[in-house]
Amino acid sequence: MLTKRIIPCLDVRAGKVTKGVEFKNNIDIGDPVAMAKKYYEDGAEEIVFYDITASSDERDIMIDVVSRTAKEIFIPYSVGGGLRTFDDLRRVLLAGAEKVSVNSSAVLNPDIIAEGAKAFGSQCVVLSMDVKQVNPTENIPSGYEIYINGGRKAMGIDAIEWAKRGEELGAGELVVNSIDADGTQDGFELNLTRRMAESVGVPVIASGGGGAPEHLYDVFTEGKADAAIVASMIHFGAYTIAEIKHYLHERGVPVRKTFSS
Amino acid sequence: MIAIIDYEGGNLTSVLRAVQHLGFEGEITRDPDAIDRAERLIFPGVGAAGASMDVLNRTNLTDLVKEQVVIQKKPFLAICIGIQILFDHSEEDDADCLGLLSGQVKRFPSSELKIPQIGWNQVYQVRPHPVFQGVPDGSDFYFVNSYYSIPDDSSVVIGETDYGIRFTSAVAKDNLIATQFHLEKSGPVGLRMLKNFCEWSI
Repeated sequence: MLTKRIIPCLDVRAGKVTKGVEFKNNIDIGDPVAMAKKYYEDGAEEIVFYDITASSDERDIMIDVVSRTAKEIFIPYSVGGGLRTFDDLRRVLLAGAEKVSVNSSAVLNPDIIAEGAKAFGSQCVVLSMDVKQVNPTENIPSGYEIYINGGRKAMGIDAIEWAKRGEELGAGELVVNSIDADGTQDGFELNLTRRMAESVGVPVIASGGGGAPEHLYDVFTEGKADAAIVASMIHFGAYTIAEIKHYLHERGVPVRKTFSS
Repeated sequence: MIAIIDYEGGNLTSVLRAVQHLGFEGEITRDPDAIDRAERLIFPGVGAAGASMDVLNRTNLTDLVKEQVVIQKKPFLAICIGIQILFDHSEEDDADCLGLLSGQVKRFPSSELKIPQIGWNQVYQVRPHPVFQGVPDGSDFYFVNSYYSIPDDSSVVIGETDYGIRFTSAVAKDNLIATQFHLEKSGPVGLRMLKNFCEWSI
């Protein structure tokens, strides 16, 4: 039976992990390679690096992080943030990442999903989306709207429709990040996650709001997520991945057994 | 030296890094001399059966690989798409494959389960093999696959996994080992199996 995946997300700026609240007020919290290694050893199924840098110099620092990580951890890891061109995707994959994730760039240029899937396979291309709850309208019947540029710009696109389109274009997995829940640690947006999981045939990864083990239980059961992203709840020592997995296992959620090497 | 055969099969770097991490010397190559010099071979890959066979045929690796496996009998490890193209034929792209093992490759039947299977699933050891030494039965490994192998000879099956159906996830015959799951992405148990292969004397 396929197990539920716990995926730590490391927001990286200029080669350091940072963490913000509601996409703002970032503070530096550590070295990305060392943190990835720690989470790997603690039983994470996968790691996400999210590059929040702006300049191209800093992007080269990110490639270096990806390539150093390849020597330290032996689980899949992905890179997202600021990947705009086919060449951007290629560089990250050649540096050793298993997957690339596209977000704003795919909303502005959906062809990047198809190009990436054709060249590297759908399993390499993750469509990540930032979603905010709004009043349902004709254009946004689900009441969930796509935002870009770190949650700053509303796009007038229905999130459920965009998810289906992304799957058709060849995205192999979807990350659904709730802007409303992000950074609150009050729990994942269960209704949004479940509606996504019921609308597409590819795995759905819930993101935003995880603050306690019961939030992961809820998103894997009621939310029907295949995987969930965690950040603050583990970065600041409130919980370990091993504790979260133990909690889930005790309650009958299938999780990967981890053995020491 | 362990040759990691380069047939444009996706993330070869991660296989090389895993081999190096375990303290072995590896090289990503398609050079016939380098492959001939290697003590053992890894045939990794991510991708589609048809495209992979096209590359092997175009680069004249098809006959070389068969020679290394059948005549020279070198220890040979195939991973992911590597296991699938060892068989006679794959439903994916209707591709004729290497035929080093007799059997077919089919797509997972339609069900409510997602295709491809992406994630960690259990491998049940249905036959003992040195490659499983120190690996607990039922350990979770990382899979990404839409297709699975159906060997004609069930005695080659060493590992099985459930995904809607019970399917063959690892096979072994003489000097050949193949896994549907990614040893290089499966954490400590994957590294242990890779180490067992690197140290395997037939």
